[in-house]
Amino acid sequence: MNVLHSRLKTTQDLEKLREQLRKNREEKSTYLAVCGDTGCAVWGSKTVKNFSQECLEKKGLAGTIGLKFTGCLGLCESGPVVIVFPQEIFYQKVQEDDVEEIIEKTVLKGEVIERLLYNDPVTGEKYIYARDIPFYKKQQRTLLASNWKNDPTSIEDYLALDGYEAFEQALTKMTPREIIAEVKNSLLRGRGGAGFPTGAKWEECYEVHADQKYIICNADEGDPGAFMDRSLLEGNPHSVLEGLIIGGYAIGAREGIVYIRAEYPTAVAKVRLAIAQAEELGLLGENILGSGFNFKVSVSIGAGAFVCGETSALVASVEGRVGEPRQKPPHLAERGYLNKPTVINNVESLANIPYIIRHGAVSYCLTGTEKSKGTKIFSLVGKVLNTGLVEVPLGMTLREIIFEIGGGIKNGKQFKAVQTGGPSGGCLPASLLDSPTDFEELSAAGSMMGSGGMIVMDEETCMVDIARYFLRFLEDESCGRCFSCREGISRMLEMVEDITRGESSPGQLDLLRELAHVVKDSSLCGLGQTAANPVLATIRYFEDEYLAHILEKRCPAGVCRELIQFSINEELCQGCGLCLKKCPGEAIRGEKKQPHAILGDKCTKCGICLETCKYNAVLKS
Amino acid sequence: MEERTKTDLENLKKQNGSSVVSLLQEVQEKYNYLPEELLREIAKERNIPLMDIYSVATFYKAFSLSPKGKHKVVTCSGTACHVRGSEKVTREISRTLGIESGHTTEDGLYSLENVSCLGACALAPLVVIDGEYHGSMTSAKILEILNGHTAGKKENGCCCHDQGKKENDCRQVSLPRA
Repeated sequence: MNVLHSRLKTTQDLEKLREQLRKNREEKSTYLAVCGDTGCAVWGSKTVKNFSQECLEKKGLAGTIGLKFTGCLGLCESGPVVIVFPQEIFYQKVQEDDVEEIIEKTVLKGEVIERLLYNDPVTGEKYIYARDIPFYKKQQRTLLASNWKNDPTSIEDYLALDGYEAFEQALTKMTPREIIAEVKNSLLRGRGGAGFPTGAKWEECYEVHADQKYIICNADEGDPGAFMDRSLLEGNPHSVLEGLIIGGYAIGAREGIVYIRAEYPTAVAKVRLAIAQAEELGLLGENILGSGFNFKVSVSIGAGAFVCGETSALVASVEGRVGEPRQKPPHLAERGYLNKPTVINNVESLANIPYIIRHGAVSYCLTGTEKSKGTKIFSLVGKVLNTGLVEVPLGMTLREIIFEIGGGIKNGKQFKAVQTGGPSGGCLPASLLDSPTDFEELSAAGSMMGSGGMIVMDEETCMVDIARYFLRFLEDESCGRCFSCREGISRMLEMVEDITRGESSPGQLDLLRELAHVVKDSSLCGLGQTAANPVLATIRYFEDEYLAHILEKRCPAGVCRELIQFSINEELCQGCGLCLKKCPGEAIRGEKKQPHAILGDKCTKCGICLETCKYNAVLKS
Repeated sequence: MEERTKTDLENLKKQNGSSVVSLLQEVQEKYNYLPEELLREIAKERNIPLMDIYSVATFYKAFSLSPKGKHKVVTCSGTACHVRGSEKVTREISRTLGIESGHTTEDGLYSLENVSCLGACALAPLVVIDGEYHGSMTSAKILEILNGHTAGKKENGCCCHDQGKKENDCRQVSLPRA
């Protein structure tokens, strides 16, 4: 924190501080927002930010022009992203050398630097303002909106942008019952996976009488291919913290815990900082804003186990035990952390709470479908052009998300499927592209909403291989407590591996289906109950591909190693010797300037020859 | 027991309130693995059967019972990385280093780890070497990086930059650790 504040004792103190911070902000309305999320950081945004800082100081502009190292700005594909405010001029792939020019031309003179503009791959147009870029235009960025304006390490920024106003309102103007009613009316459903109504969860816990209750924020984002929660925690940690405090107040808890996975060190640091800032201002601690409400928050770090996303396993993990799920009931609302009534909410669910309290359930319900309200953040990744973080109203079609926001498929390939719901979800084919993305539709299609990973697959993705991938993941992550999950997943994996090796017979597919249903029906927790989904969904929509493996011993996508072969087209080969030099298995022979050949028995099918050949002479069949 | 270990144990004893998981996390962080003698002492101190400590230590991926290598190679196998070919990349690393995922080379120099998702899916496939993120990896690119690394050519930052590669072929920087 830049400025030291004294503890706020009343709501008037908070309002006074907020007014002051708003005024300060207005005085510095020109600023550079440099994306500091992991994606852009890997592309070098930290250097860009440091260099901007140096540059501003050197030019004596540091006092008048702001610099924010923000959370995810969305378009990870084009990082590092820099947005110049107040105009919102959007620059992409910015490097150190560009910084001085941006300050000289754009910040000081308002001129646009052509070469740094985003060139849309679909429309072929260049866009100056972020709001005009198709990727952003179709989105409804409610939760992610402040990422552009917010330095996640500054509680001042959050306060100036109406932060903790919802908490203040909840604390001073609403009873816990009223808060729960508002959340119930908003029809907010848990964003972590199953979509259980948040309001109902809170109510159940509220009704239980106990001397101590807990509220836990589940930030154990275990679904591979999903990074919404990480980005929320890194980009706007106070919004999640505010939701957690409001939830704690509503259910009658005096203690909150944020359970974060260890793979997210930056998120852990940002959350810890946010907690310290809130404590310093008296937004956490004893007698908050003079209301008599006490609340403290601690951080618990996960030690790497997917099953800990399951609520009872999560509780076991926070308590320091092996993260095994237990039989329910009793539900966590009765017996949770340390045997006390406990509510566990996902990061994104909690980030929705301040909005709902501030704007009301009626306003919140204007967005979404009949039973799925509000917006949802998806991590749009895989073989799509604009990979990144997108926030859309629930109910938007998959086609709109993948083709209009995502810009369609990379390298002019054909769309094959989109995977949602992580290891519990499924792959949806092109025929379902026009179905709306909400909880009901996705479940009916054999997948699920999950936490929001959306992995796009093209013609070069093998669906049998995807089933094998998820089964292997689940076999590894099954805690082993119940038989059907532990053994069932392993047996399913064996069968699918046989198929990918071309060592299967037609009857296997029926057996696989049957076993999948057994695992689904007889497992103890959500992990096992949904473990069969990736198999069932791929068989349901891509049975042809399974049959090609089983009957023709062929992998149409060219992925399954045992079923593919590499060869060199003699007419196209120029004999340059590059593949021969690069081949790690010494499996390529040939004289200089003469067509080369691949020795089948030595080839490890690593594909390096295909990657390196400049003449497209290497063939995969 | 080494003197150093004794002092650590004294420090750990003071943390009566913290859970076994967080205790082991501290030990892992400090030693890069969980030394057996320390686990025995913790069990005695906390009056918990060693078996329970062992089951926690083997249940979670973050813990290791054997020392990790000097250099850590982490491959991401999230779904996004998988569809963009991470398995091939991992196989090449495994072949080059001569170890499977989860193992350490005999000379103690490299250990290879495979994690479910690092949450930087836009950069798929992703390989992290000693905290340096390498995005958009292919079998060919990772071989160059690894060969550069093992040959000690690492002084000039990323080894593929000085070989006339296209811009953005492999862009990487170190990320701040928590």
